[in-house]
Amino acid sequence: MIETALFVILAVVTTITAVLVIVQRNPVSSAIYLIITFFCLAGVYLLLHAEFIAIIQILVYAGAIMVLFLFVVMFLNLEKEKRPIIRHRLQKIFGVLFGAVLLFQIGMIFRSVLLRFSFLDGVKGNFSPEKVAQVGNTQVVARLLFTDFLLPFEITSVLLLVAIIGAIILAKREI
Amino acid sequence: MVSLSSYLILSAILFSVGVVGFLLRRNTIVIFMSIELMLNAANLAFVAFSRFLNSMDGQIIVVFVIAVAAAEAAVGLAIIMAMYRTKKTVNADEMNLMKW
Repeated sequence: MIETALFVILAVVTTITAVLVIVQRNPVSSAIYLIITFFCLAGVYLLLHAEFIAIIQILVYAGAIMVLFLFVVMFLNLEKEKRPIIRHRLQKIFGVLFGAVLLFQIGMIFRSVLLRFSFLDGVKGNFSPEKVAQVGNTQVVARLLFTDFLLPFEITSVLLLVAIIGAIILAKREI
Repeated sequence: MVSLSSYLILSAILFSVGVVGFLLRRNTIVIFMSIELMLNAANLAFVAFSRFLNSMDGQIIVVFVIAVAAAEAAVGLAIIMAMYRTKKTVNADEMNLMKW
């Protein structure tokens, strides 16, 4: 019961702040609302018993990535957009229309998946929630990350190295 | 117990909000924030399926998605700063250096 109540509160706050992110005229306000969205999503991950993901959501997303965003916004010293956000009424109508159509399509895909979900019982993995809770979520993730997913994990380090070099070169030289 | 469909509905709403923001906004920094919203919607769907299918693979993929998002934010914001230095704007409409 309390789980459902928590989920409803977190989902409502997540949706409202996500909408506020895209309608705010000041980028700093957008960034602040996005941080609230990430914190609420971390709460949703906790409800899903994914404690490790919840923690790295707060540390990496709300911590590192959003600080980077705020740093750039304040570094560039952007004032509010003087013109209204949307210049063409047609653009606004089509944007919202495409969003609604996309939402409908995603809903249809998820619905067809859920209708077939009972058939997926045969492919269920062997990490039942009780078993994971016994060992600990972080231990299970770490064990998989360093055994079955070792190659993607190593490739991630190369990706981060490329990103560091690319960011330094882009920020350094005049283009 | 919250059902799987509730989580998927929240994920779909978040993704659509991200797409609408991407289509409507002209400020490139806010466009990047919309991309982060979409990535988070995908993460939420991954974790929800991982929970309800008794599999941990979804949570591992989310770790990689967060790493990719961090790399994307670093490189993207560096591009925005380089662009701001030459054009003195972050408006997507005025970024037309590569337009033929």
